[in-house]
Amino acid sequence: MLGRLSWAAIPLDQPLPLYAMGVVVLGILAVLALVTVKGWWPYLWREWLTSVDHKRIGVMYFLLGLVMLLRGYSDAIMMRSQQAIAVGDAPGYLPPDHYDQIFSAHGTIMIFFVAMPFVIGLMNFAVPLQLGVRDVAFPVLNSVSFWLTASGALLINMSLVIGSFARTGWMGYPALSELAFSPDEGVDYYLWSLQISGIGTLLTGVNFVTTILKLRAPGMTYFRMPVFCWTALTANLLIVAAFPILTATFVMLLLDRYLGFHFFTNDAGGNQMMYVNLFWAWGHPEVYILILPAFGIYSEVVATFSGKGLFSYRSMVLATLGICILSFTVWLHHFFTMGAGADVNAFFGIMSSIIAVPTGVKVFNWLFTMFRGRIVFKTPMLFSVGFIVTFVIGGLTGVLLAVPPVDFVLHNSVFLVAHFHNVIIGGVVFGALAGYNYWFPKAFGFTLDEWWGKASFWCWLVGFYLAFMPLYVLGLHGMTRRLQHIPDPSWQPLLLVAEVGAVVIFAGILCQIAQLYVSIRTREQRRDLTGDPWNGRTLEWSTSSPPPAYNFGVLPRVETIDAFWHMKRTGRAPIEPVYENIEMPRNSPTGFITAFFAVVTGFALIWHIWWMVILGLLAAAVTVLVFGWSDDREREISANEIARMERARLGLGRPA
Amino acid sequence: MTIATTDAVPTAVPTELARGRGGGGPAPKRIVVAYGFWIFILSDIVMFSGLFAAYAVLSGNTAGGPTGRELFDLHNVFIETMCLLFSSYTCGLGALSAERRHSGRFLIFAALTFVLGAAFLLIEGTEFAGMVAKGAGPSRSGFLSSFFTLVGTHGVHVTGGLIWLVYLVTQVIAKGLRPAVLRRLLCWSLFWHALDIVWVGVFTLVYLMGDFR
Amino acid sequence: MDGPDRVFDDRTPGVEHEESTANFLSYTAGLALAILATIASFIVSQTHLLWPPGIPVGLVVLAFAQIGVHLVFFLHLGSAPDNTNNILALAFGMLIVFLVITGSVWIIANLNANMMPM
Repeated sequence: MLGRLSWAAIPLDQPLPLYAMGVVVLGILAVLALVTVKGWWPYLWREWLTSVDHKRIGVMYFLLGLVMLLRGYSDAIMMRSQQAIAVGDAPGYLPPDHYDQIFSAHGTIMIFFVAMPFVIGLMNFAVPLQLGVRDVAFPVLNSVSFWLTASGALLINMSLVIGSFARTGWMGYPALSELAFSPDEGVDYYLWSLQISGIGTLLTGVNFVTTILKLRAPGMTYFRMPVFCWTALTANLLIVAAFPILTATFVMLLLDRYLGFHFFTNDAGGNQMMYVNLFWAWGHPEVYILILPAFGIYSEVVATFSGKGLFSYRSMVLATLGICILSFTVWLHHFFTMGAGADVNAFFGIMSSIIAVPTGVKVFNWLFTMFRGRIVFKTPMLFSVGFIVTFVIGGLTGVLLAVPPVDFVLHNSVFLVAHFHNVIIGGVVFGALAGYNYWFPKAFGFTLDEWWGKASFWCWLVGFYLAFMPLYVLGLHGMTRRLQHIPDPSWQPLLLVAEVGAVVIFAGILCQIAQLYVSIRTREQRRDLTGDPWNGRTLEWSTSSPPPAYNFGVLPRVETIDAFWHMKRTGRAPIEPVYENIEMPRNSPTGFITAFFAVVTGFALIWHIWWMVILGLLAAAVTVLVFGWSDDREREISANEIARMERARLGLGRPA
Repeated sequence: MTIATTDAVPTAVPTELARGRGGGGPAPKRIVVAYGFWIFILSDIVMFSGLFAAYAVLSGNTAGGPTGRELFDLHNVFIETMCLLFSSYTCGLGALSAERRHSGRFLIFAALTFVLGAAFLLIEGTEFAGMVAKGAGPSRSGFLSSFFTLVGTHGVHVTGGLIWLVYLVTQVIAKGLRPAVLRRLLCWSLFWHALDIVWVGVFTLVYLMGDFR
Repeated sequence: MDGPDRVFDDRTPGVEHEESTANFLSYTAGLALAILATIASFIVSQTHLLWPPGIPVGLVVLAFAQIGVHLVFFLHLGSAPDNTNNILALAFGMLIVFLVITGSVWIIANLNANMMPM
């Protein structure tokens, strides 16, 4: 009746997962109870769950990332602690079976459900505002994308409670991930939750490429777009180009596991190396999907907090486009040691070195932007400066690893682990936190507390170096990654330093929680009344904080780069524009409902509950058909209503 | 405190700021929808390229089992190709009819397209069933796994396309050829032509390459 | 938001106007050319009209020809004022397809060659 699901799936005999599960479930129930008791459901349903507003969706994405950061970080600190104590005779506290699930979950969650939501959330919030338009090209699709991503996150977290997760690492290499060696539900949790959220991400890519290329304010030619929009464009082009490869690869592995195909099996003509090849053909563009928007955020923040326009806009754009194309020519550097031979390795090694050049151009542009600027060291700027130093180090170790003979020594050592955390934390996480602090006042109408923001930055920065610099040294000493037990006692001192670093980063996360709490409590003192708390340069700062649902009463007419800066400098007297009726998309439950059935179907597929699979798919199909029938998807806001809201915002009295 | 001001959007777009080139403001809905769908189709083609790559790599891995040469019947492949090609043609003629708001003629061409697409699926389904019956199913070897997946995924797309066509025809009958319905038909025909393009790749690289003398 | 709604046709996005008679001709011409190219592919593959080692090349060229016919005559790529985006998107897609397929084939061929004898 319930496939292979049984009571044995709940880990009643294992204390650690049981406690973790208990905490999570109780926490979720507490939140649901609070919402019910306070009567917030109608508000949540109307304003958030069925919202198709890019601003709301962006906030929900970012919130998802923050929540999943807590889960991914618990995994991290558990691993660090295990490695710090399990030396010599000591067995540690995590048996290998759990340890393997933890490092697999850590990587999967951090990449797919923390970093991607951070980046996509910030793009969702800021890009339409920066482009001077009212929403993305396909608002309901945007909602579907978010809810599918959340479904994937939910499924992965269910693996904590019901059954187990994959033990294959976050990449899921066969033959270990094949049925013969991973017969239980773990790899299926991994595959289905990523397939479901992958559809959401692909739709986001389609949405944003279309938005940036076809929906911009009048006068905003390509070379007048903010740099963040350029990086968003290239990142979304990469999503459109790379995620289908991951979809195809996972389809093949799923066919092997469910229908006995032989794509990657050991026998009957399977080729495991093909999985590795295709996975990384997706995987390398993926890291550029993560870092390019972060680069865009830094461009905005550095220019704003230096009081200067970005140095060499054109070379920034060209470098971004160059990175976009080159990111598809380097993927073999993730498997130099798989044995392709010298000429193949040499080609990809050289391309991997070349791709560092446009990034270098960007770094110099940021430095030249800061040079002779009036720098204001608010939290976003601190993260940007921290990024420049940290990312350069990480990038240098990357170029080192791009040399195949070096990689033969260091592949799959903790040197590699240190490298990618260096660029992801120093690049993506710092960028997300900079963007979070930068755009928070626009989203919510008050700034975040500066003191706690700076505290969180210093904890993240110091914690990062303490946690990962030792790993570079240990990697050179020969320590491999994913060790549940440390064979060489001389490694322990450095592992203890790394543990301290992990704790300091955790303090940084606590500082962020404190920052949010304090900021909400004292928000009246930090209200953003002008809509422009940082003396910004781009169009999002020309709206109120938070902006009205329609973003702009009248779409701005753009004449230069840094359109808002130009508007402020030319300082026109306020003229009441002629308002017209605005059509805005209606809210829609399609996203939420589709996601619900996606979770049901995914769960049923994982546990082989075939009747539930059929029902879930049918229900999802019906949802699509019902949505696809309606033509009445927009509501009109009258010109009078717009005029009233705009006058209130601008503090204008009755029109002259 | 300077107040940011914006001028009213001119209703006429200056000709020197062509849409798409940059400066004309947000594009009309039909262009936005069609371009978005075009991007989606390109993503689907990238997915097919992953399956093509897998096929290219695994086509020699017959694991002692049957090879393409032994299994492929090129007469059927030719008929399938003609079915799909003609269905693209009738799809195009249907588009012309819809453009001129001739619902009747549109429905006829839609029906023809459906019949041709269904014929394609029938032949392909028979081919697959025959291969499985001969012990040359997808779980026999890496080659057969990749063959069934590549060709089968195309077939699944065709099936989806036909279901979608029926759905859209229902909308045309119920609501007429109004702008929203026309946009959806536009997306559908982009999809259908793209499937024919993928089929060109399939029959060339899988059937013809696998079986040339 | 809808703008002046153009008359529907199934051309590639961005196309604004085209003559109806030219459309019927273009579809029919496209069909004829595609049929010719298809038949040519089958002939090339099944006979010795082409020098045997050149058959794969011939097939690929004919496949591109057929795809080109589809893009130009059925999807009307290349005949619109707003066309640059469409062509750029197609070029980007084709680049990715090329990199994925040829990259994978090259890499896996090398890897297979270096495998130990089984």
